[in-house]
Order: sequence, then C-alpha cells, then structure tokens
Amino acid sequence: MQYLIAFVVGGLICAAAQLVLEYTKLAPVHVLVGLTVLGAISAGIGIYEPFLQFAGAGALVPVSGFGSSITRGMLSEIKRLGWEGLFTGAFEITGLGLAAAVVFGSLMAIASRPRD
Amino acid sequence: MATRRVGGQTIFFEDLPKLVSAHTIVGKNEGQGPYSEYFDEILEDDLLGQPTAEKAERQILQQAVEQALSKYGLVPQDIQYYVSGDLLNQVISAVFSARNLAIPFLGIFSACGTFAQSLGLGSILLHGGFASKVLVATSSHYQTAERQYRYPIELNIQHRPTNQHTVTGAGACVLSADGEGPKITHVTFGRIVDMGLKDPNDMGSAMAPAAFDTLEKHLKDIECSPDHYDLILTGDLGRQGFKMLKIIAEKKGLALGTNLQDGGVLIYGEDPKYGAGASGAACSAVMTLGYGLSLLREGKIRRLLLVGTGALLNQLTVQQGDSIPTIAHAVAIEA
Amino acid sequence: MKPQEYQQLVRENQPPRRTWRNVILAFVVGGSFSLIGQIVLDFVSGVERTTDEASAITLAIMILIGAVLTGLGIYDEIAEIGGAGAAVPITGFSNTVTAAAMEFRREGFILGMGAKMFVIAGPVLVYGILSGFLVALIKSVVLGYF
Repeated sequence: MQYLIAFVVGGLICAAAQLVLEYTKLAPVHVLVGLTVLGAISAGIGIYEPFLQFAGAGALVPVSGFGSSITRGMLSEIKRLGWEGLFTGAFEITGLGLAAAVVFGSLMAIASRPRD
Repeated sequence: MATRRVGGQTIFFEDLPKLVSAHTIVGKNEGQGPYSEYFDEILEDDLLGQPTAEKAERQILQQAVEQALSKYGLVPQDIQYYVSGDLLNQVISAVFSARNLAIPFLGIFSACGTFAQSLGLGSILLHGGFASKVLVATSSHYQTAERQYRYPIELNIQHRPTNQHTVTGAGACVLSADGEGPKITHVTFGRIVDMGLKDPNDMGSAMAPAAFDTLEKHLKDIECSPDHYDLILTGDLGRQGFKMLKIIAEKKGLALGTNLQDGGVLIYGEDPKYGAGASGAACSAVMTLGYGLSLLREGKIRRLLLVGTGALLNQLTVQQGDSIPTIAHAVAIEA
Repeated sequence: MKPQEYQQLVRENQPPRRTWRNVILAFVVGGSFSLIGQIVLDFVSGVERTTDEASAITLAIMILIGAVLTGLGIYDEIAEIGGAGAAVPITGFSNTVTAAAMEFRREGFILGMGAKMFVIAGPVLVYGILSGFLVALIKSVVLGYF
C-alpha cells in the first residue's frame, strides 16, 4: 500500500509540474525552484512532516522534499544550538545528498562524456 | 558608374559567377535522413575522435574546404578570398579553418543565414573583378551550438514541438569567374526583421517574416512570380516557421506553390525526435550544395532561389528579455 | 503586418501540444522514481536508526542512480518522454549536476567542471536555502525558540 501511495503522490507532484510547463513559457528550472521553495515553506509551517509520513518517498523524492529537508534541518539544529542552527542546519539533512551529487557527478564526468 | 541594381534591394550579375566545385559533410543523424544520398560525406563519429566538439566542428569545416579545393584541382594559393562563418562566438570555427589556408579571410555572421550571405559576398568580390576565385564555406555542430545557445547535452530537457535540431556538418564551394557550373544571377541581401517574438524555443516563427520580406522584395525587384523558380529553398524555418511563412504569404496575397521547400523541414524527414526539424548554419549550406546543386546539375530544375534565414540571438539577449531579430538573404542560382 | 498582429497569428498557429499525454507520462515517470525511492527507503529504514538518516541515505542513493543514468546517456532520453517526471525527482537534480560536470569538463577541471557544476542546480540550492532560512527564522521568532 505504501508503494502505491508513494507512486501516486510522487506522480501527482510531477504531473502538476508538467501542467505548469505546458501552460507557461517557464523553463524546467523555474518550476524546480518553485517546488523547492514550496517544500521549504510548507516544512516551516509544519505541514510537510505529516505529508512525508503519509506519502513516504512520494513526498521525499520530488525536489520539494529537498526543500523541506533544508527547513527541517534548520529547525532541528535551532532546537539544539540556538540561532546558529539557522546557518548550520541547511545542510544537516541535505548535506549527504549534496556531497553525493558532487562526488558522483565528478566521477561520471571523468568516466563518460556527452553524446547526442 | 552604372550600378548593377534592380529594384530596391536586389543586385544582378552580368559575368555570372560560377559554382565550379562543392563539397558537403554531414553528421551521423543527418546521414540517416532521407537526403543522405545528396551529401558527399557522412561522418561515422560526429566528434571525429577529437577531444572536444569545437575542435571537431572546425575539422569538419576544414575537411569540407580541402575537398572542395582538391575536387577542382586547386590549392589554397589559387584562391584570393576565403569567406566563411559559423554559429559560434567570434565565428571561431571559421577562424581556425582559415588558419592553415594562409589566404585573405573574411569572417562573417548571419547565424543560420551565413551561407547565403557568404555566397552573395563572394559573388560580388568576383564580379567586381577583385578576385578570380573565392572560397565560401559554413559549418555548424549540434553539440557546440547546444552548449553555447542552450543547455548541456545530457540535461533532462523535454523538447517542445517547435524546437529545432542544429545540423552537424559543413558545406564548402568554390566560386569562379570562369569554368563550368551553376551560375549565380541575383543576390538580395535582407533587412533585420523583428516582430517582437521572444521564444527561443520557436525560432522558426521568428524567422518566417524575414524570409517573407526578402522573398517578396526579391520577386518584386526582378518582376517575377514565385513560379519563375523551379525551387525556392528556405534555409531552416523548420515545420513551424514554414507554416508561418505560408500563412504570411497567403495573407499578403503571394501565391507560393509546391516549388517552395525548406531545408530544415527536409533534412531529417518526419522523425518527431527532431521537433520542428533542422536548423544551423550548415543546414542551408549542405541542402543547397548537396540537394539543390545536384538537381541543377542533373537538369531536374533550372532555377533555384536560396533564401537563407537566420535568428540573431544569444543567451544574454534571451535572458535579458529581448526579442529575436532575424534576417534572410536570397541568392538566385541558375543551371 | 504589425508585430502584434503577427504575434497573435503565431499564438493561433502553434503546433498542437500533447498536453494530456505529457502530463500522464510525467505522472508515470515521476511516480516510478518515487516508487523506487520507497523501495530504497524501506530497505534503508531497516538498517538506520532515525527517519532523517534513512531519508538522507535514500536521497543519496537516488542521486547515485540519477548520476549513473546520466553518465550512460539515458537520463536525457527518459526526460524526453517523462518531462517534469524526470526533472522534478531528486534524480533530476542529480542529472543537472552530472550533465553540467560532463559538459564543462572539456574546459578543464577547475574553471570548467569545478566552476560550472552547479550552473543549473545552483538556483535550486540558493532559493531553497533562502526560503528555508526565512521560514525557519520567522517560526523561531514566533515560537520563541531563541
């Protein structure tokens, strides 16, 4: 059941993004930024957390989950450290993914090259 | 001194410059299209084993130039001017291809209309008596154009149906005052036309008004109807631009028949992978020198009008919200 | 013909867009990436202690998948079919980083790959952090966390 929910929720977020792309002249990166900001803000208001618990990877894998991780990291660090958490928290949860993107991206760039 | 002008915008030649030798090279994708038999060389590897696509493009251009010369038994020293351009910043492929030739070089730019412009300028140099042989060449490369004008190749982009695919290839030809070959009779250089369109994903629609403007002026200047030509070949409007050109013509009451074709529509056939079709400076070059010239030589057509179209934009103008200025140059070629 | 007239004409004559087909494909492709994510998440959750750690590792694995598919030249083909379904999942974020790294490596490791790796992913990071910062600041002030 959790698999079906993840599939449907993740799919719906992408379908909504596709609708925006279809009806506007925005580039994909605009939509990605929009979704990330949306995720970050809804995590701040406290609605992304229950959403994550309901949809699992369906809420985590879309880039809005990345945005929510930024805010969630900040909030948990604030509770631990105080105001410094505003700055250390951004990469608390996302750091692993970012470092992974840099490392794997570099490896691929060395191993492979663009083709048509 | 009597001018060789007719009408408002067209020039004509009396001692007709002749296209005595030509060579076309296309990439793998273009070689799989329906017009592959018209091209002299089809690349196995679009990178030619080079480390970068930029190096590959200039080598393709250089090879086309060398072949065009050697086919007619010429060496670079027989040529007085090399007129060439491409899509990259500072027409850098043309510059590098000129480096080894060691003859006077004129680098020019009209984006995808560069080939028609260089053909026109080369003819003028010949007819003015400033040269007896002029070398004309143009190139483009999918990978180099993509990274300069758009995105990294492997990026997750879903192309829109109006997007066009830059042709990988090069076309080179020798214009000569004497010898045998198809002759250039008229040239109409175009004006910049800007209808305020801003969508870089639909360059065809942006270029169509320029194509129409030059075509209409040309026909008016020489006082002929479109069927004076057996083939009117627009450079790279693609399916969308071609449709818009027909719509404009209909509105303006110019009857364009089946003799109107577009290089960008033809080269890849109907394959939806390429969106609205082809674009790129090499598109009009290889279609004119490959397809058009064969038809002229085989006597299937007698008169060809090339209308080379170009969208003059770069990443900065697009990001700063400017519209897309466009241009079209027409060159009339007769068997 | 006036520019406005022509612009209107162009709008009226755009090729038909296969909107619903694209939206459905985005749903399927994006859903599939999420499904794979869920499988990974379930697997990782059994090994890791906290949910935050489990989700961080899941994201890292998805990023690895995105990078490998990009290196193999497959990801751009998936995007051609799936559109936003390929761009929105975190694999798409990974693709933007890897594609840029591969593309600009030709200009050298420092000024090319190093400098331009985040040329497309950069805005996502910048605005993610800025909006996260703002909302976390407001929340902390309102709830008196400091």
